[in-house]
Amino acid sequence: MAQDASPVLRVEHLTMRFGGLVAIDDLSFEVRRGGIAALIGPNGAGKTTVFNCITGFYRPTEGRLALHRGDAAVWSALEDLTASGKRGVVRPDGALFLLERMPDYLVAQQARVARTFQNIRLFSGMTVLENLLVAQHNRLMLASGFTFLGVLGFPSYAAAERAALDKARFWLDRFALIERADDPAGELPYGAQRRLEVARAMCTDPVLLCLDEPAAGLNPRESAELNELLLRIRSDHDVSILLIEHDMSVVMNISDHIVVLDYGVKIADGAPEAVRNDAKVIAAYLGVADEDVAHVEAAVGL
Amino acid sequence: MQAGAQGGRVQDLRVDAVRALRDAVFTGVVTFGLLLPLIGFETVTNIRDELTLTTRWPLLAAAVVIAAAGRFVYSFAIAPWIARRAQRPSSRPIPAWRYYFKKWFVPFAIGFVIAYPVLVILAVGWGGALRWVDNFGIQILIYMMLGWGLNIVVGLAGLLDLGYVAFYAVGAYSYALLAKNFGLSFWVLLPLAGILSSFWGVLLGFPVLRLRGDYLAIVTLAFGEIIRLIIINWTALTNGYAGITGIPRPTFFGIPFNADDNGFAAVFGLEFRPLYRVLFLYYIILALGLLTCFVTMRLRRLPVGRAWEALREDQIACRSLGINTTNTKLTAFAMGAMFAGFAGSFFAAREAFISPESFTFIESATVLSIVVLGGMGSQIGVAIAAIAMIGGTEILRQLTFLKQIFGPTFDPTQYRMLLFGLAMVLIMIWRPRGLIATREPSVFLKERKAISVDLVKEGHG
Repeated sequence: MAQDASPVLRVEHLTMRFGGLVAIDDLSFEVRRGGIAALIGPNGAGKTTVFNCITGFYRPTEGRLALHRGDAAVWSALEDLTASGKRGVVRPDGALFLLERMPDYLVAQQARVARTFQNIRLFSGMTVLENLLVAQHNRLMLASGFTFLGVLGFPSYAAAERAALDKARFWLDRFALIERADDPAGELPYGAQRRLEVARAMCTDPVLLCLDEPAAGLNPRESAELNELLLRIRSDHDVSILLIEHDMSVVMNISDHIVVLDYGVKIADGAPEAVRNDAKVIAAYLGVADEDVAHVEAAVGL
Repeated sequence: MQAGAQGGRVQDLRVDAVRALRDAVFTGVVTFGLLLPLIGFETVTNIRDELTLTTRWPLLAAAVVIAAAGRFVYSFAIAPWIARRAQRPSSRPIPAWRYYFKKWFVPFAIGFVIAYPVLVILAVGWGGALRWVDNFGIQILIYMMLGWGLNIVVGLAGLLDLGYVAFYAVGAYSYALLAKNFGLSFWVLLPLAGILSSFWGVLLGFPVLRLRGDYLAIVTLAFGEIIRLIIINWTALTNGYAGITGIPRPTFFGIPFNADDNGFAAVFGLEFRPLYRVLFLYYIILALGLLTCFVTMRLRRLPVGRAWEALREDQIACRSLGINTTNTKLTAFAMGAMFAGFAGSFFAAREAFISPESFTFIESATVLSIVVLGGMGSQIGVAIAAIAMIGGTEILRQLTFLKQIFGPTFDPTQYRMLLFGLAMVLIMIWRPRGLIATREPSVFLKERKAISVDLVKEGHG
């Protein structure tokens, strides 16, 4: 999928306050279609809060989160949609959703934003295969006639289940989990659990895939494999990726756009090269030696 | 070498015995100290109405000896055996008999319950069979069905429901009132009672399903009590404590089970026996129970069942996958309530009399303990637990010979709760996750592997 300029997600003036604490302050950025964007920042910068706002787990205090799929022309409906008070518009040529107006499960179901979690959340007592079938719940639920046809054993459901199994098999193959398909998810080694969580998210056919520290706890070889996988997903499927990551080998190698947060404020936004050399980012992220403080402060404007 | 090893083993045994003896003496001393005031002395009012202190040394000695001997056996034999067992490797090849047992157990069990009344009649004759079919068969099957129904809510969806009896009551009163006031037949009212119960399940579910864990349990407990209090106090409708009498019995395609000329026996040219109705009821509840079981097993393989189990495992992950958790919980509640409604209307039809007494908290507790003892989520486990608990209570009732030993005032059913508690404690020690502590995956690619329940979560509402 060639990258084009039209954004898939547009975050505008996102602000999230918890009581007196401002977790995110007036954050704006875009994720381009077919792109891999990274959200980085020191611990407590508000990265996961941004994710929770995008995926509907939090309702932002202020701001607009617009997600789009299909033809770029649908973006023209944004102002009308915002004024109308509706959650989204679905047109034959595409759809546009305002994520801040939707509860979490609708963000996943209708806007098709999938996510993973910083501390892996698998259905540990269910098998790997079952995990992937749960991810296809809504389609299967329709096919089973909201359970009624399924209980009676209608063939339409059997066909849908076969298709779901095929899709699960495809993703298991792609993520090298096919040998463990019938094992409980909780028994997988850590790296495989991380991969399974991404595979499960992909089974929902997402437009935007949000990965919260996918490389955390992986060894260098595993994170290199993850890079490969993410690049392949991006090139083979019509999906854009937004990731939070501390592992710079992942961030710098695969992302084509980086947003840096510090204390809820965006301090840099751009291509990896530019961000890597940004003085503010270096100061926030790495800290500076004592003798350089005055120099950096001058550069940053303090 | 051989002799040396033998000598070492004897030496080990002697050390074990000395240690066990020491444990036993210690236990005996503690028991003596504890029970001296409790059992050793007794206050008796004598004929002049004076309180006198008497001693019961033999009884005290018996208690001390039992405790000490029990401790000796445990320390000398049971504890080493458990330790040896724990050392064995956990993954052993499954013995062949277990495979065949697994393969043939369910067909055999279903065949047995179908043939059960016939076997009973052959064994004890028409006269004695009533007790065995009614008290054992029907009673156990009602609780088995309730257990399977609650298993959907507690075992699969992981929602702790302490007020399950409310739905049972709704089913029973729906049948009783509609049958008495409108003369509708059992077969029309059975589905209607189920629908009404699941309606109440949804009605309860809407406000309370946002609560989690202990809070959900408390609110469901309260709901059970509210339904019972409404039944007691709305006397105009339910006749309060006095209950509803003369509830119409189910008929065999319109043919009643009575001694009349158009009764079942007369129509089929048989000699009238009260057992015919009991047999009919037995097969109705058997069919209802099997229906519950098969529908549940089917639902587990459908998306809704997988969503229930996923909900038990991790609700937040469910939401991130686009599953509407509120609706999914409601379906679990409604489904469980529906089966309770079926069971309730059967109960009303069987007894022909219902009163609030039958729907107290202890019924909810009994059904819940059947589910917990059986192993949450396991159909066979629930069946075994229902047989053990309800059958066990009935057996206590039958142990009349104990009166000859302990005197005419001895009533073994009074010890029911004590034995319940003991069984609970033992199960919690040996099988903390219930009798059947594995989960069967609902779908597989190459091979179906049982999942150890250690990985499966209990759910927190």
